[in-house]
Amino acid sequence: MATPVTMPQLGESVTEGTIARWLKAEGDEVEKDEPLAEVDTDKVNAELPSPVAGRIEKLLVSEGTTVDVGSEILLVATDGDESGPVEAQPREDVASGPPTEEFPAADTEAQPAVTNGGEKQRAVAEARSDGDGQGTVETAETLRLQRSSPVVRRLAAEHGVDISEVSGTGTGGRVTKKDIESHIEEREAAPAAAKAPAPSGTPSERVTVYEGDQIVELTSIRRAIANRMALSKREAPHAWSMVEADVSGLVALRERTKDEFAEREGVKLTYLPFIVGAVIDGLKEHPVLNSVWDGDRIVLRKQINIGVAVDLEEGALIVPVIRDADELNTLGLARKIDEVVSKARNRGLSPDDVSGGTFTVNNPGALGSVVSTPIINYPQAAILSAEAIVKRPVVVDDAIAIRSMMNLEVSFDHRVLDGGVALRFLTAVKKRLEAYGPESDIG
Amino acid sequence: MAEKNLLQAIHEGLAEEMRADERVMVMGEDVGRAGGVFRVTQGLQEEFGPARVLDTPLAESLIAGAAIGLSVNGMRPVAEIQFADFIPPAFDQIVNEAARFYYRSNGAWNVPITVRAPYGVVPGGALYHSQSVEAWFCNTPGLKVVAPTFPADAKALLKSAIRDPNPVLFLEHKRTYRLIKEEVPENGEHEVPLGKARIHREGTDLTVVSYGLMLYTTLQVAQKLSEEHGIEAEVVEPRTLYPLDKETILDSARKTGKFLVVSEANLTGSVSGEIAALVAREAFEWLDGPVMRLGAPDVPAAAFAKPMMDFFVPGREKIESAMLELARY
Amino acid sequence: MAVEGTRARHEALGLDGDDLLKIYRYMLLARRTDERMWILNRQGKAAFVISCQGQEAAQVGTAYNLSPGYDYVYPYYRDFGITTFLGQTPRDHFLSLLGKREDPNSGGRQMPGHFSSRDLRIVTSSAPVGVQYPQAVGSALAFKMRGEDGVVLACGGEASTSQGDWHEAMNFAGVHDLPVIFLIENNVYAISVPTALQVAGSIAKRAEGYGFPGHEIDGNDVLAVYETARRAVERARRGEGPTLIEAKTYRLTAHSSDDDDRRYREREEIEEWRLKDPITRFEKYLMENGLLDEEKKEALEAEIKGEVAEASDYAEQAPFADPEDALRGVYAEEG
Repeated sequence: MATPVTMPQLGESVTEGTIARWLKAEGDEVEKDEPLAEVDTDKVNAELPSPVAGRIEKLLVSEGTTVDVGSEILLVATDGDESGPVEAQPREDVASGPPTEEFPAADTEAQPAVTNGGEKQRAVAEARSDGDGQGTVETAETLRLQRSSPVVRRLAAEHGVDISEVSGTGTGGRVTKKDIESHIEEREAAPAAAKAPAPSGTPSERVTVYEGDQIVELTSIRRAIANRMALSKREAPHAWSMVEADVSGLVALRERTKDEFAEREGVKLTYLPFIVGAVIDGLKEHPVLNSVWDGDRIVLRKQINIGVAVDLEEGALIVPVIRDADELNTLGLARKIDEVVSKARNRGLSPDDVSGGTFTVNNPGALGSVVSTPIINYPQAAILSAEAIVKRPVVVDDAIAIRSMMNLEVSFDHRVLDGGVALRFLTAVKKRLEAYGPESDIG
Repeated sequence: MAEKNLLQAIHEGLAEEMRADERVMVMGEDVGRAGGVFRVTQGLQEEFGPARVLDTPLAESLIAGAAIGLSVNGMRPVAEIQFADFIPPAFDQIVNEAARFYYRSNGAWNVPITVRAPYGVVPGGALYHSQSVEAWFCNTPGLKVVAPTFPADAKALLKSAIRDPNPVLFLEHKRTYRLIKEEVPENGEHEVPLGKARIHREGTDLTVVSYGLMLYTTLQVAQKLSEEHGIEAEVVEPRTLYPLDKETILDSARKTGKFLVVSEANLTGSVSGEIAALVAREAFEWLDGPVMRLGAPDVPAAAFAKPMMDFFVPGREKIESAMLELARY
Repeated sequence: MAVEGTRARHEALGLDGDDLLKIYRYMLLARRTDERMWILNRQGKAAFVISCQGQEAAQVGTAYNLSPGYDYVYPYYRDFGITTFLGQTPRDHFLSLLGKREDPNSGGRQMPGHFSSRDLRIVTSSAPVGVQYPQAVGSALAFKMRGEDGVVLACGGEASTSQGDWHEAMNFAGVHDLPVIFLIENNVYAISVPTALQVAGSIAKRAEGYGFPGHEIDGNDVLAVYETARRAVERARRGEGPTLIEAKTYRLTAHSSDDDDRRYREREEIEEWRLKDPITRFEKYLMENGLLDEEKKEALEAEIKGEVAEASDYAEQAPFADPEDALRGVYAEEG
């Protein structure tokens, strides 16, 4: 075993040294403390005593070369077992690059982020909010959501945007400059829809508050959802249809493959990728459900960007979008869905991630729903809900059989399309899902 | 052009100015025969003689004061204080005297001196060979304070400082003396005026202002954030700390809306506070995040033992974490 | 007291009657200007006066050896005698006293007594005591480096020798044999602190420790001062090095118009020293040597009085600098 010998620090604030002359050659024996080399530094020229006894195995640096303090300069083969790494360096080693350090809490100003949940940050925010106790206590978090930042307020004022209408991807759900800029851009792209005034705001008449009642202030995300839902229902005349799908084959398929899939792909295999895949096929056959009402015309979108509704635990809903979903196979969809759902849950979505959707898939079945009437994700033309898979007695070939049944519903904008095409779409989706059998390929 | 490190570039700047102007002289402890404890002035005494490259007694107030006296009687001294940590005895002469001569004499007497001093944390330096002292001087009207990081800039700024008719404090980060190397142009090809900042790296997501070793680290972190996260930081170096190039700093702040200063000086009362206040006021309407600073904790300087020393200086991880958080705010 | 048997004393020093009358005039002019300053202060017209009274011999006697506008001078705030000799007029002094725009020292920016003139090579003075010494030796080094025979006069009170800066400068002057004369006007009090609490041992003898001559002299005997200073200046011009002159004198007024010296010294002491007033002593010498009589003296006094009065009036009428002027001139421009 060869022991490396490193360039020592021969003086305070010295950072490197030059091997002026080797005093030993490869193969020589050396005693402990015997001089190995003459070393030149900024401050001092000295002989380097050997930290160990042994035989010079290899000189790593040639004469005249300058190396950083702490760099290995030669190897000494010591007798018998290794007694441990060289410990005789009198000074601390110097890292060859700037040191990496821990983050001491005291030496920076309070960081803006609250979402990492530091006790200190919360305490700071609370301390700051201990004002004169009049009216509502405003914390940094509240102000951040209501008033965001100077540039955002300025853009909001310049473009007549209510900050509360914009969903925020910044710290704690804050509306960032990019968020509001995207919002403005989108609004400009869909002018007819966006001009509706925000229905949520301070009402002129409040409800009576009784003792024991609890006031829940709206977060910006809740406010945004409220506005969008009201807008959707107000603008689009909603109609609704439902079909039942026998997904026994799909259930069996998934049972058979899910473990192997999870292990192989590192991603859980849920029903959602299959549903989204079937929806995509349905949309390709019936593109009018992948469109937008544009006042006096309908715009059929070329891209198929599927929004997947994700229920966040705090009673908030967000719809990350899988762009060009038609380019993905089931595996790809599984991966992408997993990715966006995680991002959504970790509040890591960017404005790009939640915009540009052309159709939305809702999955209340995951929470046990068997029938639901979803609200269209305006300004899209339709939304599909996939319900829970329930084993039911059904009639097959005039006999009672137990099958896994899943309800599928579509809510659609009746200005854009009618029940006929809606049902044809639903049927296409149903047929696609029913086509899976236990031995099917997962594409 | 040849590749030089900071130390060599400064040496070259001194030598060129001394050749061009016989009034220029160097004075300080160990600058002559020994060529300076960092070897910055090595060889100068051989070329210019012991009068123009003068080994002074160990007396910082004298060094600065005599430099003033020389400068009002026709010379252009470049005084060296061996370590910025030893500048306090010279403080009176620099701040009360050199900086005020011109104003108090109603323009009769100007003091064209340059005072050079190495500063900044270095392994083993501990309390008295590691300090950042710029905060003490950056509110002294009549004085200019310069702290270039890169060799070509340092050489050019040193020449500008020597030619400036006002007293200039020229701070050199000792850790970067040999660490940073680049092509350094010969005589006068690269000119840098005092009072002008430099944008090292353009970006749109946040602005980071830094100088010294911290600038070097920040640039590396900026590159990493670009590659790994697609975050583009704009990195600005003031180069002259006093008076600041407010325009460049503010333009950048307005462009990105997010602003961070990274320095290794004690945070409270630092130059970074001045820069932050400037931005908070003048770029307020463009801000999309709070104005942030990173600095050393408010303790009396870096310790000798490496673990404590490492704790003191804002390190790569801390800088990266601060930049990421701000970019995502 | 070197009065008797010295008819040839000034001649031995190479001074003729003209020189002596000039010296006398400078001393008297400084004194009368000074006295008027106090009156202006007591009239509420001048905010602050700091005085040279009692030290005129030490100042003029030394300065008379210099070449104004060639040698460099670093006076301290009492050195009206020196600056008057070098070329500052009563008008200059009053403009400075009242802080007017035409104040040659600073345009009204500095307190009175902070002398400055590029033309006269009076380097701008400061308030922190002793800062002038390292600067002075720097200027002396410049002369030496260029092989010129200019000298530097650096002045201060005895308290300034307590400052580190003085010692650092003395040491440096000694190391390099610089052409500098340290004139210490030991006037017994540093505001209220007497020399017994200020100075350990002897100021003059400190020079020996720094490798050059030091002389303790009667600072109120203008010819003794002249003689010692002349030797020091000639020595310096020959490149032989520095000299320390400790001129023992006395501060006849309080430290400044803000000081009440009744708190720390007796009137009797002042009266004793008034008997040794350097101007009175010199008058006696002049009269004894036939260079001055009562008539001439009265004429001179009247002339000086007129000059001082005119100067004082002029300064009172003169305008202040514009307020915005306060923002100007922080940095020198290139070129």
